Amino acid sequence: MQGIPDSYSDYIAWEQLPHLWCAGCGHGIILKGIILALGELDIPPHKALLATGIGCSGRAGDYIACHRFQGTHGRTLAFATGIAAAQPDLTIIAFMGDGDAGAIGGNHLIHAARRNINITAVISNNFNYGMTGGQFSPLTPENSITSTSRSGKSESIMDICSIAAEAGANYVAKTTVYHVRELHKFLKEAISTKGFSLVEVISPCPTYYGRYNKIGNSPEMLNWLKETALPLEKFQSLSHEEKQKFFWRGKLVQRSREDFLNKYKKQQSAMK
Amino acid sequence: MKDMFIQGNEACALGAINAGARFFAGYPISPVNELSEFCSRELPKLGGIFIQMEDEIGGLAAVIGASLGGMKAFTATSGPGFSLMQENLGFAVMAEVPCVLISVQRYGLCTGVATKPGQQDIMQARWGTHGDHPIIALVPSTVQECFDLTVQAFNLSERFSSPVLVLTDAALAHLRERVIIKDEGELNIINRKTPSVSPEEYLPYSPDVNGIPTLAPYGGRHILRVTGLFHDERGFSTSNPEKCRKLLERLHSKILNHQKELPPPKYYGKDGAEIILISYGISARSAREAAERGIKKGINMGMINLQTVWPFPEEHIMNLCDQAEKIFVVELNMGQITGEVQKIFKGKAEVMPILRYDTNVITPSEILDKIESVVK
Ligand code: SF4
Repeated sequence: MQGIPDSYSDYIAWEQLPHLWCAGCGHGIILKGIILALGELDIPPHKALLATGIGCSGRAGDYIACHRFQGTHGRTLAFATGIAAAQPDLTIIAFMGDGDAGAIGGNHLIHAARRNINITAVISNNFNYGMTGGQFSPLTPENSITSTSRSGKSESIMDICSIAAEAGANYVAKTTVYHVRELHKFLKEAISTKGFSLVEVISPCPTYYGRYNKIGNSPEMLNWLKETALPLEKFQSLSHEEKQKFFWRGKLVQRSREDFLNKYKKQQSAMK
Repeated sequence: MKDMFIQGNEACALGAINAGARFFAGYPISPVNELSEFCSRELPKLGGIFIQMEDEIGGLAAVIGASLGGMKAFTATSGPGFSLMQENLGFAVMAEVPCVLISVQRYGLCTGVATKPGQQDIMQARWGTHGDHPIIALVPSTVQECFDLTVQAFNLSERFSSPVLVLTDAALAHLRERVIIKDEGELNIINRKTPSVSPEEYLPYSPDVNGIPTLAPYGGRHILRVTGLFHDERGFSTSNPEKCRKLLERLHSKILNHQKELPPPKYYGKDGAEIILISYGISARSAREAAERGIKKGINMGMINLQTVWPFPEEHIMNLCDQAEKIFVVELNMGQITGEVQKIFKGKAEVMPILRYDTNVITPSEILDKIESVVK
């Protein structure tokens, strides 16, 4: 493809384009970030697997030329646990939506992080279920208007990064599709991490979340992300009330706890 | 070859391991635990992996993942766990993933009676996951068959690129019997096909003459694309009506056109008998004994011991019941297989149930009494 570096082009199933995502959707920006990271890390398409869930983001696997897995809703990390055990040298990216990873798949996420499976989870958090018409997810901010919370979401927001960090992930970071350089950096670091890594990426869904909450279309949503996503330290210095109006971005955890498979194999061979 | 005295749960685990399985993932549940514990001890010795997942949904998911990564993989569960696995069982059928699921049936619906036997999940095995789909389910009735049919389950799953179910029950799982265990090298083992074309030409879901896809393991140069959505031969999702219909038909025909390859029923007793008992699993043991006693008493009878319950072996049953006037179906439920048998005979022979559903296994005398009360 003209003007596009080989490292990028090789990962795309060009014959599958155009994609089904709405204009202004953030999923493509994240997918590009993943692909660029794989290229820059010299991981060839056949040594990479994109595992997705269900929903708009789940369709990402239709546009890539590396190995592809799309499971049942919420189960991506459980499937990927088996794949990682059978193919320890494969780079596995589990690309999931906020509902997928936080609601129906929340239990699998906690345990994949705790077990420290060698997988990178990338969560495209657009604050709603786009594919099914914009219902709220656990990651939707409190009081948000969605198709199932017309008078505002009564439940509080779930901080999936803190949960993954507490559960034992080796790397946890969060940013937005507006902060694209930071996104690339985090994705590269996460993919290079041995063990469980997670990058949450706040991403616009102008079709539903942007419209329902009167944030606007794609450019307005990007500006909104620019203004509301504060660096972690700055966010932490805010009062509880102020925190409700902002998101944090930055790196929460980076450590090197031994991953599941290595530890398991070591213990088992010591037993023999 | 080893002569062993073991229980059904262990025989199933050994069958899986000797068939080449090196990956087990599951979740603790009665009455299956000896099977999982056996795997946790034995698999690592062979370089294999045992993972205790967070629930049964994850258990089957991890098994499917490992199989797509090129390992022979299996899980084992019982009723409540089997319910949770229905979601990903459907996935395995749809994505054509070879794997084996052993369900040790326990008594009753919901959480039932956890340590007592039943055969109440036969229809769940057939129809538990949503959507039209085929399924292969084998039903051992001895500890030897637990081993033999689990080996066969793996062979069939690799041969048909499909999940295969092995349905035992709480009584058989804990029954100890003398069995002959063949080693891996002594068994006839079938392994899935590998691509015969270059990576550029490779289409994972392009079927061969038997309707079987070629799933190259993840991580090789042959790019594997797998989804639970209806998909084209490349593995990209599609909603094209023609492609959807063809895929659904192929999922069925790849198995139904080759039913001859599935374990046929065993027959005991007289050829051309007028009275036939049909049974499977733990109940078949009592049914067989009842038939033997009946024959000694001069009743012209025989007994069909099913080895495959799904797809239902209609043809075999029709042939074996050629001269039958009365057919009795013996099972530990409210008549799940009885209904299937009634469907195929449609009045051509009288089909009657002999059922027990009170947590106990059925006895030979109960069966014979019922027959004698009808036959006189
Ligand atoms: S509905 Fe929302 S999440 Fe889905 S493609 Fe459109 S913008 Fe993206």
